[in-house]
Amino acid sequence: MVNLTDEESAIAAGRDGEGAAVALRLVAESGRLLGADRLVPVASAHIDGCLYHGDSGTEFAEFLVAKGARARVPATLNVGALDLLRPGNVRLAGARREMALRLMRAYEALGCRTTWTCAPYQAGHRPALGSDVAWGESNAVVFCNSVLGARTNRYGDFLDIACAIAGRAPRYGLHLPENRRASVLVDTSGISEALKGKEAFWPVLGAWLGRTVGEAVAVIDGIAAHASEDRLKALGAAAASTGAVALFHIAGATPEAPDAAAILAEPHTRIALTPEAVREARSLLSTATGDAVDAVAVGSPHFSAGEVADLLRLLAGRRVRVPIYLNTSRHVLGRLEREGRLAPLSEAGVVPIVDTCVVVTPILPAGGGVLMTNSGKFAFYAPGNTGYGVLFGSLADCVESAVAGRLVRDEAGWQ
Amino acid sequence: MTVLFDGTAEGEVLVLAAPLSFWGGVSWETGAIINARHPQVGEIVTGKILVVPEPVGSSSSSAVLLELIRAGRAPAAIVLGRPDAILVVACLVAREMGWPAPPILVVPGCAETPPGRARVADGRFEVFPAIRPASGPAA
Repeated sequence: MVNLTDEESAIAAGRDGEGAAVALRLVAESGRLLGADRLVPVASAHIDGCLYHGDSGTEFAEFLVAKGARARVPATLNVGALDLLRPGNVRLAGARREMALRLMRAYEALGCRTTWTCAPYQAGHRPALGSDVAWGESNAVVFCNSVLGARTNRYGDFLDIACAIAGRAPRYGLHLPENRRASVLVDTSGISEALKGKEAFWPVLGAWLGRTVGEAVAVIDGIAAHASEDRLKALGAAAASTGAVALFHIAGATPEAPDAAAILAEPHTRIALTPEAVREARSLLSTATGDAVDAVAVGSPHFSAGEVADLLRLLAGRRVRVPIYLNTSRHVLGRLEREGRLAPLSEAGVVPIVDTCVVVTPILPAGGGVLMTNSGKFAFYAPGNTGYGVLFGSLADCVESAVAGRLVRDEAGWQ
Repeated sequence: MTVLFDGTAEGEVLVLAAPLSFWGGVSWETGAIINARHPQVGEIVTGKILVVPEPVGSSSSSAVLLELIRAGRAPAAIVLGRPDAILVVACLVAREMGWPAPPILVVPGCAETPPGRARVADGRFEVFPAIRPASGPAA
């Protein structure tokens, strides 16, 4: 039973209009199913429902608009199915293209910010430590919980916008401090410091973590010295793809875990990460064999300005033989444009994609082939969603492969 | 037994033999199971009393079920082995939109449901097992 406050009961009864009433009823009914005792006010929302999966989603969003609904809290939007700044990048056609566009416009009309990014936390949306929020999109959820220390569950399609409009979420799961403690301790003392320092170690660790712990909360000990925001982002995105991880802690690096003991639950299980497990997790991220590469994709989650700077540095003025699809936000793209860094990218043969990405909508050339990526999330979803086989490597491997037009991968340190 | 979303339905039983995420697992255009790794790939969920012993999957599964509901291709009813909110959210949204949505029940141990027909009504789940031909050679 969910106990509503007088204010909430009034909203559900239509005090603030029918749109707000629909949203509050959805949140309250879902809360009943999820075992919430009451609702919790949220400071912000991130909405994943703006990606087209059929006309019903568009009709629901337009229904909310017609009923006068508006987001009650600041809400950012995840990717849609179209690149609104470079429409020619996406091959979606006819009625589907029109409905995908109507869906994006309807979420805009609901008062959400047109960020169109899966990395809202690198486009100015960073809720405070300990605050309750309602976020969707698995990588954004895990970053929000783990790196920012704000509190959200994985709010899926419809419930995310309902929470934004109601300004409330069901009080259950990761909103409750006791559920944020780690039930798994990952000991990394068997892994060399050289390997921990490699950028590509982090998405591999994430892929292993998701497959190993499922939806459990883990604290990883012994890697804080090598952590950075973009590395934590890559770890979380991979863990939320291979598993249902919504929160992890890195002892000494993430805000709720000054050390492992501070966040461990009792009892907990201890898992030692082995070099063999790392190698296996890395090899599972590739499905293709041979050295053919038809395209390179980076930026899942959307690349930050810092990651784009790394890409430019690695390109070192060279032109690529196979295209590099650079998936990023319009926020980062605008910054690159202002700083004069967009022209060198285009001259090198990099194709910027904004507002969407290559695994959620038809962008890659039809007919399939082999896609190389440094993203654990792209590696996980590309085969099913695009029909391309996948080769996983570091960003440097991706750049060298794109320049050579075939697989070039530095195996040093992984054996 | 718990009713998560009330309603009345009758149809042929389809028990999922392995966990299945609706997103990436069921076609929102045809109602067919499309996950190539699933043992029942190619079977149609439309109109069935779909028994889901172990609900799993992406939170975008609610979008797939809503699309099936709108197109008239949803299961007639869904029987879950344990409570799960993702599919029910689609029914809650459908109700707000005025679209008829399938009942969803929780029936612990539903993996053992025999083949045949079943009816969901008044919070009850009744199964009418298919009559099997008598064993042994025909006379």
